[in-house]
Amino acid sequence: MVTTTLDQLRPGQGGRLVSLGGERLFRRRLMELGLLPGSRVSVVRAAPLGGVLELEVRGSLLSVRMSDAAILSVEVS
Amino acid sequence: MALAGNPNTGKTALFNRLTGARAKVGNYPGITVDRHEGLVRLGSEGRVARLLDVPGSYSLSARSEEERIAVRAIAGLEGEERPGAVVLVLDGTQLGRNLYFALQVIELDLPTVVAVNLTDVLAKEGRVFDVQRLRRALGVPVVALSARSGEGVDDLRAALAGVLDGEPEARPGWRWEPGTDALRRDVDEVHAALPPTWRDGNPRRERALAVWALLSLDEGDELRGIDGRLRAAASAAHERASVEGRSIDEEVVAGRYGWIEEHTAGVVTARASARDSFTSAIDRVLLSPLLGFPIFLALMTIVFQALFAWADPAIGAIESLFAWLGGVVGPALPEGFLRSFVVDGLIAGVGGVLVFLPQILLLFLFVAVMEDTGYMARVAFLMDRIMKACGLHGRAFVPMMSGFACAIPAVMATRTIERERDRLLTMMVVPLMTCSARLPVYTLLIAALYPPGRGDSFQQGLIMAGMYLFATVVALIATAVLSRTVFAGVNPPLLLEMPAYRMPQLLGVLRTMWERSTIFVREAGTVILVATITLWALLSFPADPELGPELAGRLGAAEASVDNARSGAAPDPAALESAEQRLAKVEAEISSLQLNESYAGRLGRGIEPAIAPLGFDWKIGVGLIGSFAAREVFVSTMAIVYGLEDDGEDTATFRQRLSSEKRPDGSKVFTPLVCVSLMVFFALAAQCMSTIAVVKRETKSWRWPLFMLSYMTVLAWVGSFTVYQGGRLLGFE
Repeated sequence: MVTTTLDQLRPGQGGRLVSLGGERLFRRRLMELGLLPGSRVSVVRAAPLGGVLELEVRGSLLSVRMSDAAILSVEVS
Repeated sequence: MALAGNPNTGKTALFNRLTGARAKVGNYPGITVDRHEGLVRLGSEGRVARLLDVPGSYSLSARSEEERIAVRAIAGLEGEERPGAVVLVLDGTQLGRNLYFALQVIELDLPTVVAVNLTDVLAKEGRVFDVQRLRRALGVPVVALSARSGEGVDDLRAALAGVLDGEPEARPGWRWEPGTDALRRDVDEVHAALPPTWRDGNPRRERALAVWALLSLDEGDELRGIDGRLRAAASAAHERASVEGRSIDEEVVAGRYGWIEEHTAGVVTARASARDSFTSAIDRVLLSPLLGFPIFLALMTIVFQALFAWADPAIGAIESLFAWLGGVVGPALPEGFLRSFVVDGLIAGVGGVLVFLPQILLLFLFVAVMEDTGYMARVAFLMDRIMKACGLHGRAFVPMMSGFACAIPAVMATRTIERERDRLLTMMVVPLMTCSARLPVYTLLIAALYPPGRGDSFQQGLIMAGMYLFATVVALIATAVLSRTVFAGVNPPLLLEMPAYRMPQLLGVLRTMWERSTIFVREAGTVILVATITLWALLSFPADPELGPELAGRLGAAEASVDNARSGAAPDPAALESAEQRLAKVEAEISSLQLNESYAGRLGRGIEPAIAPLGFDWKIGVGLIGSFAAREVFVSTMAIVYGLEDDGEDTATFRQRLSSEKRPDGSKVFTPLVCVSLMVFFALAAQCMSTIAVVKRETKSWRWPLFMLSYMTVLAWVGSFTVYQGGRLLGFE
């Protein structure tokens, strides 16, 4: 088990969300989209120009900016 | 009834199905969001109900006014009517996340019917959906349907009729319960602080609104008109929770998701992966590191080419139609005020509105197809890095790009941007993009940079490209500056759903195109028409200038020689032609005199002190006033100002005329420096009343169009001043 931040994962890698940092609004929105502590999340791909990550959470695909992914810590098994 | 659900659930397709694609478009007060309402037939006895399409969202909780529309419309708060029934549209392929929204609506304790859409997709994926289990878990009627094929829509109508009749089966209310004493206490305290207008004696609904307040309110929210006591109670609860090491948001959200997992697991059989094979196969190409960007650029080139080139024949046809109409109607009317008003004011004005339709229709064809297929989210994904650099969202790309063709459809396309702040910011800078109406002006002025008869076409092309680059750079800088000043404030992070790819539906696409066009004609069109007529009046009155003995004499002589050549016993074609040419010349001189003595002419003289530091004389001032109709009108207005006979269509003659134009002190007016200064002015100024009208329609107020006009005019003045005065200091002419 290694704890790291989401932006450090390569496409295809996934883990269990440990905690969400950042502002209240951002945390609330992520949680409402199903990204709760304990949820499984994996990285699908990065945008060709970079800057944005596509994630898979609870059966849906979400994109977040790399800088925002850096405040989400995940446990990779 | 209210129709609510997550975005990308096929909610609009269902709305179109239910209402037969006949909707009334209004707006929510104080916010730039369209409000669609239609009539739904229920059962066979001719019973109808009104249906409101609530904007799609992932949650009822809100931080901005725009996000609050959903809770207002569904719960019937603050001037919104409380619906007799709520239709909840859920995407059957993403049930978990959709149920999170559904629980919030069900908590409001209103008669509710759940419509699970996309059952055709589920069937194709070989997945089974258990309607009865979901019905038992939620306690409200559940209908499985496909908005696309129409299957199950009649079941929905029947279920709605039943619910409106008070069928006892619809038992909404709380499904999950706050799990801890601490959270129950938080909810109770906020409940006690609810304002009287939110109370109606239903404790379940009031508690639901208390939870809404707990999730939405704090000292940093951007909601207006929220009761101070309520906000204070919510803030106090959060503060205490953080001291206790709790997160109210997490407890509530996790509570709902926990309930969903416990009670609805297995309602839909799982798919091997979230990425259905079809969508992920397409994305592997369209978003691939190597091909993703080139394909995107190729697709955008097609959109841009369509706006720029394909729309042209239709635009030309509309222009000729109205010119023809003016030519037919004109002679039927008595010469003078009425004819001029009808032909140059009314007919030209209506033509000037309709001429935008080809580009609007084409752009919304592409926008609707990109939205419906799901590609628009990919555009945002691909472009976010670049757009973020100047403080914008990736979705702002399509409107900004369309601005290179025409600002009017581009401003209208900003509605694909979710957030009001991003929408307004994009609208404010789109008119800086080099639209096609600037091209004729640049062409004339670039030609005027060279001595008559000379000019290097390669160099001229470079200057034209330079103007495009200059305006784009200024637009990006303006965006960055505005986003940090006028539009400063919290910039919520990007959270973008990448919906599954779907085939666009013809009816929905046509409906979007039709709706945008009619709104433009009806709402922006009236403003444009009034402005055209005002401008016509400024340019046409006073109508009969004092000709003076010399000009009157020449007019009389020219008319007499034409009459002579016509009436002679043996008509001489050569003599007639030369006599007619002389007459045309005198008439052009009179038009020039009339324009220069008109109110617009006087206004041009009036603004001369303001534009003299930019190198412009009053005649250019008249051209600038005339060009408010549309930038390219500058060319024809200047042609009249200078007494040319052909509206400036012959660039070479016009070019000659410009080079011979002298100031009172004998120096040339159109020096290269003045030409460059004038181009910079046209690049930066909001010289287009149609743009102003369309911004007024999209923002529903005069505030933003006036702000746009002011900041762009200041920008243009400063830009031209810098070029002209700086150039003179450096010794240029």
